[in-house]
Amino acid sequence: MATETMRKLTMARAISEALAQEMERDPRVLVWGEDVGVYGGIFGATQGLYTRFGPDRVIDTPISESAFIGAAIGASAEGLRPVVELMFVDFFGVAMDQIYNHLAKNHYMSGGQFTHPVVLMCAVGGGYNDAAQHSQTLWGLFAHVPGLKIVVPSNAYDAKGLMISAIRDDNPVMYFFHKGLMGLGWMPSDDLAEVHVPEEPYTIPIGQANVVVEGADISLVTIGATVPRAVRAARQLAADGIRAEVVDLRTLVPLDKEAVLTSVRKTHRLVIIDEDYRSFGMSGEIAAICAEEALDFLEAPIRRLAVPDVPIPYARPLEQAVYPSVESIVQTARELLG
Amino acid sequence: MDTQRYLSMYRTMCLIRRYEDRLAEVYAEGKSPLFNIAAGPVPGEMHLAAGQEPVAVGVCAHLRPDDAVTAPHRPHHIAIAKGVDLKRMTAEIFGKAAGLSGGKGGHMHLFDAAAHFSCSGIVGAGFPPAVGAALAFRRSGSDRVAVAFAGEGAANQGTFHESLNLAALWKAPVVFVIEDNHYAISVPKGVSTAIAQNSDRAASYGIPGTYVAGNDVLAVDEAAREAIARARAGGGPCLLEIDTTRLYGHFQGDPEVYLKAGEKEEWRRKDPILRFERWLADHGILDAEGVARIRDEVAAEVEEAIRFAREAPDPDPRSAFVGVFAE
Repeated sequence: MATETMRKLTMARAISEALAQEMERDPRVLVWGEDVGVYGGIFGATQGLYTRFGPDRVIDTPISESAFIGAAIGASAEGLRPVVELMFVDFFGVAMDQIYNHLAKNHYMSGGQFTHPVVLMCAVGGGYNDAAQHSQTLWGLFAHVPGLKIVVPSNAYDAKGLMISAIRDDNPVMYFFHKGLMGLGWMPSDDLAEVHVPEEPYTIPIGQANVVVEGADISLVTIGATVPRAVRAARQLAADGIRAEVVDLRTLVPLDKEAVLTSVRKTHRLVIIDEDYRSFGMSGEIAAICAEEALDFLEAPIRRLAVPDVPIPYARPLEQAVYPSVESIVQTARELLG
Repeated sequence: MDTQRYLSMYRTMCLIRRYEDRLAEVYAEGKSPLFNIAAGPVPGEMHLAAGQEPVAVGVCAHLRPDDAVTAPHRPHHIAIAKGVDLKRMTAEIFGKAAGLSGGKGGHMHLFDAAAHFSCSGIVGAGFPPAVGAALAFRRSGSDRVAVAFAGEGAANQGTFHESLNLAALWKAPVVFVIEDNHYAISVPKGVSTAIAQNSDRAASYGIPGTYVAGNDVLAVDEAAREAIARARAGGGPCLLEIDTTRLYGHFQGDPEVYLKAGEKEEWRRKDPILRFERWLADHGILDAEGVARIRDEVAAEVEEAIRFAREAPDPDPRSAFVGVFAE
């Protein structure tokens, strides 16, 4: 029993377990998308579902993203709760109209008459040399459009709880799982993401950040795969006597502003780490919120570590040069406290 | 012969025509001598569907309130035929609090959950949601169907082809209805579309496709009867393309420089309502007195809706800031 409660799961297993439990609980939950059936999802997020629930509830679709994402709009309006996978976030371009003009806006434009309980899930992020069309995160792009909730788990425990919350939410939720956290075996994965996951279903409120490391000297605010990197940075800084606080936002929309402000008011220093592009995105948004609501508490300029405004390059030294790293986080924190 | 049914179809066609003609007048209020799209009681773009009544009425005559419909940017005729509340729809077009969406949608974004009706201002966007609604109906074991309406220009969108394929794969109870009014804004069908009839494209997806010529409500009625009955019975999707005419421009203010000389006059001569009226008279279903009575009735109904919309209060500006997410 003791070993059972300490069970660790990869993020991919945690997601597929959440899906299976919700499909068991609610017959209105269906999964469709490319390769979600027999294959179990290119990144393993739907592993085992086809065998358990069959082709009527786990549906392989043609490569017709506008049609199958748009179908989720009509299906959700008429009582289903679809979870739709689209492999890579980079692929959403071909279906963007259905997402940002319809899925996101119909509830508002209909004066609340139509609701769309849809989860759109996809892989994000790089670190394995897949270049500019398969390595982006793009969460800032979707967070910019009103009407979409944005969820980005950084570990298996959060992945399960946030997926269950996303499925039970009556709004469209974009669920972004980072390839470098999934524990797939065939690509690098941060082992900090593989954590204890309870077997029973549980929820994590969408819009609630998590302080994963407490500290009093500097706030490291981040999301997704840069959370474990910030944790490693905090460990290195602790060796120097710097107590860094790591805030895992977990969801971008709604954003847990209070968690960020509380941390900044405590530490007086802020580094925002984002694997998305630097300009006009998450890092600028959080910097603006802190400038507007906590400027008097800041004892140093806000610093941002994000992908400089270039496409993600292919070659190893080029790719590594554009991502925030443990070393760059440590160095930036030291500079602010120097 | 079901005379009541034909009279009801005739009445709905008259209601649509009266509505669009009066809306053209109301829309012009405050927009002269200089046309300003943002001025007057009804601001924004306005796409009217006078002349396209046979499509909406002939198809919706076979639909029930619980069937779902998606409509394009030119939606009034379909909304009326599907049973959307005329007063609340008009109030929405006037941007009033009593509107279907409290003034958040407007003329191109009409939503009525009770009528399972929605529309979109994006060309070709209504096909995928209709397939999804049909999937939901099939899964629930009901015999409900979904119908996606769109113009012939929308048949060149990827969503059209993706949705036909997906619907055919899923055997979804959905009927795709292409309103062929011959112009995608200004571009004639022959310039935009590589084949003469979009209905032939159904063959690519292994589903039936029918072209209905003549802008004739009785022909549409027959084609739609078969298509919708087939979908209801589990026979899967099909495609109807319906020849029709747009008696106003693409939008109010369209100079219509692209029309051929005499084309509009020819369409008016072949007015589908007048032709149906003559058919009803020839079959002893409707006389001149009946025509006058129905026209008076629909005129009164339209005036009542317009009065309701004019007198309704504006929305509270604070309502703009709420309702993005369902609580």
